Amino acid sequence: MIADWAERIRAFSEGLCTRFGIPGLLVDVLAWIFGAIFVLLLITVVALAAIYLERKVSGYIQSRLGPMRVGPIGLFQTPMDALKLLEKEDIVPRDADRFLHLLGPVLLVSATVMMFAVIPWDVRANVGRWLDWEIGLLYLVAVSGIGMLGIVCGGWGSNNKWSLLGALRGVAQLISYEIPLVLAAMCVVLQAETLSLSQMVEQQQAGIWAWFLWRPWLMLPAILLLIAGIAEVNRTPFDIPEAESELVAGFHTEYSGMKFGLFFLAEYTHLFVVGLLFAVLFLGGWASPLGGSNLPFEGLVWLNLKAWIFVLIAMWVRWTLPRLRVDQLMAMCWKLLIPASFAALVIVGVVLMYA
Amino acid sequence: MPANVVIYGPVGTYLAFGLVMAVGALAVAWILRPADPYEEKQLTYECGIDPCGPAWGQFFVRYYIIALIFVVFDVEVVFLLPWAVVYRSLVKAGALGAWALVEALIFVGILLLGLAYAWRKGDLEWV
Repeated sequence: MIADWAERIRAFSEGLCTRFGIPGLLVDVLAWIFGAIFVLLLITVVALAAIYLERKVSGYIQSRLGPMRVGPIGLFQTPMDALKLLEKEDIVPRDADRFLHLLGPVLLVSATVMMFAVIPWDVRANVGRWLDWEIGLLYLVAVSGIGMLGIVCGGWGSNNKWSLLGALRGVAQLISYEIPLVLAAMCVVLQAETLSLSQMVEQQQAGIWAWFLWRPWLMLPAILLLIAGIAEVNRTPFDIPEAESELVAGFHTEYSGMKFGLFFLAEYTHLFVVGLLFAVLFLGGWASPLGGSNLPFEGLVWLNLKAWIFVLIAMWVRWTLPRLRVDQLMAMCWKLLIPASFAALVIVGVVLMYA
Repeated sequence: MPANVVIYGPVGTYLAFGLVMAVGALAVAWILRPADPYEEKQLTYECGIDPCGPAWGQFFVRYYIIALIFVVFDVEVVFLLPWAVVYRSLVKAGALGAWALVEALIFVGILLLGLAYAWRKGDLEWV
């Protein structure tokens, strides 16, 4: 069991600390830093892989090959693109608010990184000592709200009409779709009786059929969370904030170089976090679908694989459906998803009354 | 307060590392990139023609209404979360469960009435 390993490593490090008189808090701090570094590495790898995969998937869906030139089957395309972005000039419009223009991408990226703090990567007794809050889910939603401020800062700070329109639409969309997202997650909270993400996973450990996805009354919330989750990361068919055909590039019209790169990074990281959330809520998180986790770091692999299911579905949807109009987008949320998510909540409440 | 440090420490660590990641990437780019600004390049982009006035002006009032409705529903979600956590234990405790469900239904019902009112009034129509 990984718990044993973690316990051994923790006992070892605590023994070291008492021996050399290091306060216990330092162990925690080191564990947090270790965790944060791990998350940063993961984000980098995931974003590079997701961008490459997006171009490959879109290529195959449209009967093309996608990137092929840089490296074998185009594998080095995204690292090269990242390098290219690094050495591009940073053009800030003269009329822009320079501080807000800079704050936008920085805020968005840091909020996205902060969302990882409550993701349960593995069994709770784990080396990294990830934050296991009783209010993990609430924290995740709240911090994703800070990311919206990044979009507003960028859009308003650019002093560009396209950016402003994109930012306003983006915020209207994000706040609207946050409601069905939270209500769908609340159905899982009703089932699991907790807001802690790791405790939700613990209730789905017994193998693939223990996943919350297979409870008939939780299927509607799963679908709602899938739709609202794709909308929450501003992806086609919900990419109204950056709709190229009408808004040039939406809120990042005036961004170039690495600032644009940060927006790009944040988009794919956010997509991955929503995938992780979906995996934790409905697909059993780090629990193995075969039941019982035996190898060290097995949970980490399972959780990542499950999150990729969501990411790949999001890509499939993106290259299949056309973009919604802004009025259709808002109507779909307020007139369809929100009533449906309230209905789901009531259904789950009634079912659990008699279950 | 060590207890608070232990609880909120990870949040601070992740925030710090997020900032380091963003600012670090910008700093590396700052070292590598060229800087050659001139008047035309720094103009606000507006489809290639000269920009017509600043963008910091009036915008569609509908965004404000959507934000107001959102605040109502978001606060409602915050009130429902504690209910969702304790609901099943109330059901297991006996008759209280039915009351919990009825009370939540009344609460949600009032809000849905509000949504229906906004819908009827046309506040959810975009054009």
